[in-house]
Amino acid sequence: MAPGLLPWRTDPIGPAEPTPLTITLDGVPVSGLVGQSLAGVILASGSVGFRRTSHDGRPRGVFCGIGVCYDCLVEVNGLRDVRACQRRAEGGDVVVTQHDPPPNLAEPQS
Amino acid sequence: MTNVLVIGAGPAGLAAASAARRRGASVTLLDSSDLLGGQFWRHLPQSRPAARERQLHHGWSTFTGLRDALIADAGCLIIRLAQVWAIEPSASGAAAVHVVVGLPDGAHRDTMTFTPDAIVLATGAHDRTLPFPGWDLPGVFTGGAAQALAKGERIAVGRRVVVAGAGPFLLPVAASLAGVGAKVLGVFEAGRATALLRGWLPRPWQLILAGGKARELAGYAAGQLRHRIPYRPGRAVIAAHGTDRVESVTVAALRDDWSPIPGTERTIAVDAVCVSHGFTPRLELAIAAGCELTADRFVRVDDNQLSTVRGVYAAGEITGIGGVDLALAEGQLAGHAAAGGQFSEAQVRLAVRRRAVFRGFAARIEAAHGIRGGWRGWLTDDTIVCRCEEVGYGSLCRSTVGTGSQSLRTLKLATRAGLGICQGRICGRSVEELLAAFAPHGVLTDGTISDRRPIAAPLRLGELASLAQPTDHPLHQLHPRKDRS
Repeated sequence: MAPGLLPWRTDPIGPAEPTPLTITLDGVPVSGLVGQSLAGVILASGSVGFRRTSHDGRPRGVFCGIGVCYDCLVEVNGLRDVRACQRRAEGGDVVVTQHDPPPNLAEPQS
Repeated sequence: MTNVLVIGAGPAGLAAASAARRRGASVTLLDSSDLLGGQFWRHLPQSRPAARERQLHHGWSTFTGLRDALIADAGCLIIRLAQVWAIEPSASGAAAVHVVVGLPDGAHRDTMTFTPDAIVLATGAHDRTLPFPGWDLPGVFTGGAAQALAKGERIAVGRRVVVAGAGPFLLPVAASLAGVGAKVLGVFEAGRATALLRGWLPRPWQLILAGGKARELAGYAAGQLRHRIPYRPGRAVIAAHGTDRVESVTVAALRDDWSPIPGTERTIAVDAVCVSHGFTPRLELAIAAGCELTADRFVRVDDNQLSTVRGVYAAGEITGIGGVDLALAEGQLAGHAAAGGQFSEAQVRLAVRRRAVFRGFAARIEAAHGIRGGWRGWLTDDTIVCRCEEVGYGSLCRSTVGTGSQSLRTLKLATRAGLGICQGRICGRSVEELLAAFAPHGVLTDGTISDRRPIAAPLRLGELASLAQPTDHPLHQLHPRKDRS
């Protein structure tokens, strides 16, 4: 079971027919609706744990949904560290999930 | 003409902007979102219109009335996608407010600096979620996330969902989830029935005076019944389980102090759980502006909503968690006063009265649903406390005992709790509480608090570098400077 979008035809608030869009998530096409956040598109596609933590490599995804927790960071069109819940999806967005291993302090960079 | 800068376009900010305009000020209204309304009136974007969207909201016509009038008003400049990242107080009076404008977390956002005659801070609050084992699993959300995704996108965060935590906010969260097709298996309120009665029963005439609020709560209660959602006071989700995502939760009965009662645990299979234990006010800008806080950590304001800093007003949840009606009344009074008015004037008499009525709600909420220290009883050695830095409870305790320090600053550096990218917004107050338990008399000694964040929002280094102009002091030479007119 997964998060899901309420189908617009059965939504009691009477929405107009939405406009579809497609992004890619780690190279895989994912469809969403114009006006959705990247977090919404990703969640509705069934992916809940799309980031890996630095230290333990644990999965994370949307937690606060309002831009406070920074757990939903993704790379968007080459730019890293974008909060997926704060950024509206644009058709063609190239989204890549993030895993940022901690810097290796034993080997200082030259 | 007086220039008023309003930061935050939720209920308080919209009411402030509107009142300041009525009093004759020129207004600039900033919000970090591309939509007005804040979290309370979080709604579908223009690209997804819906004929009956008002069904999802309380006070929808109040919102659309305020919004549409401000948009149509040439004397109100609305800047969306505007992130305030610093406020620099100035001895001469006018603080400098530094803003980036552009796509959230974008790379080359426009920079602006405002030096208004008066500032109204209406930055609101976000969920406070206490740590529990497994709360870092995907599929564990705050109540606010469930709300935002339901109201703003028509997404259910799960199909079989449990709502837990404390406070009246759990009810609209459950209603929103049910409204987008989730099966809400239960609402588990940590406050026990005795506490709920202690908070909500006394002085019932006040609830009648606060008609709109009572109707709002009654509406949620009716929705609970309609959707057959069980409401269980005195219970908490004390653990979430799963490998890569949440698969079940453990619910236990609580004592008055919120410590779990052994033997009462039961496991519920879920694909999502939404947990909120109240709200944390967003204080960083108020603190940066130099505003004094009250003992319970809200912005101290006078009858005009004026903070302890000249020209800086505050309204809404940052002055006390009181809900939309209080925010509207405070916002109106703050805007009126920021534009040169006084709370004693006839045109704001109703707002003064409403503020008095709804302030009572904050005390009720605290009495019924306020966080009790026994929550520490559901932590285990490996429970993540700081999500960003992945600091476990056991490790936090050992580092604290090891350093022997009683200073929050030192302990944060030693444990790394609260030093991650969210800047302690999620765990800060819980970490403070856990650390203070080790200090003599339960109080940390350095007087610092986790709400202080001089850089109020992360900037990219490139953006920071682009601020640097050929001058000694880059912060004073931002472009384009918005001059007073």
